[in-house]
Amino acid sequence: MNENLFTSFTTPTMMGLPVVVLIIMFPSILFPSPSRLINNRLVSLQQWLVQLTSKQMLAIHNHKGQTWALMLMSLILFIGSTNLLGLLPHSFTPTTQLSMNLGMAIPLWAGTVVTGFRHKTKASLAHFLPQGTPIPLIPMLVIIETISLFIQPVALAVRLTANITAGHLLMHLIGGATLALTNINASVALITFIILILLTVLEFAVALIQAYVFTLLVSLYLHDNT
Amino acid sequence: MASPVPVKEKKLMDVKLGELPGWILMRDFTPRGIAGAFQRGYYRYYNKYVNVKKGSVAGISMVLAAYVLFNYCRCYKELKHERLRKYH
Repeated sequence: MNENLFTSFTTPTMMGLPVVVLIIMFPSILFPSPSRLINNRLVSLQQWLVQLTSKQMLAIHNHKGQTWALMLMSLILFIGSTNLLGLLPHSFTPTTQLSMNLGMAIPLWAGTVVTGFRHKTKASLAHFLPQGTPIPLIPMLVIIETISLFIQPVALAVRLTANITAGHLLMHLIGGATLALTNINASVALITFIILILLTVLEFAVALIQAYVFTLLVSLYLHDNT
Repeated sequence: MASPVPVKEKKLMDVKLGELPGWILMRDFTPRGIAGAFQRGYYRYYNKYVNVKKGSVAGISMVLAAYVLFNYCRCYKELKHERLRKYH
């Protein structure tokens, strides 16, 4: 059983072909582009959701920060849809791979930092030292702030990976336990099944929340730097 | 055997069984032709099930069911070992 747990996280290849590229591109099919003033139900629903989310997310930014609207909205749509599709049986979730999450987190974080340094150099450097610190503590605090700055992209990526992977693993384990318990003791299997149902509901929430948190943090880093 | 209309321009349902290999060989297998085939297939499904006035959940759920089936075929080799059998 130990090998079975982790085989669902390996890169999917079918007869040697990298199917993973197709799987990453699959969610884009589910978001058709609006072509008219009044569209079909699917597109209207998606338009309404995107408007709701973008108004909420871009309210805190100034004009310069709002140029990132497309980036932030596509980010939350991609992570949300990929996580939700990963809850279907037997599917592969690209966001469980640390490589992909680092590939998303590092360029976005670096973009916000470089923007800050280019346009508000003094203010960006001033972030390294909180206001009102006693003078003897300054060197240590600058080091701590630098470390906390460089840990931001790593934390973004690892948070997403760990949450989604842990959820999937828990579902595998509890599902396997339920199946094994049905022959031994039916009532305990029922309890385990209820736990599995609750966990699945949690996973749906986590899928969306993680997308939101990722995007929110990127937008926060952007707000600091514009 | 030779029909009055050339084989190439016929639709699939009008091609006779004996002419089928010839019809398949005459299809456009260039990258542009294959891309066109995917595009035609996508829009055929989209316009029939999604791009309608009162589209229902069936439009997306058929796509998701096909996705689940595709992933099942992909992992079948590992799943073979988990069948409920007395002797594996």
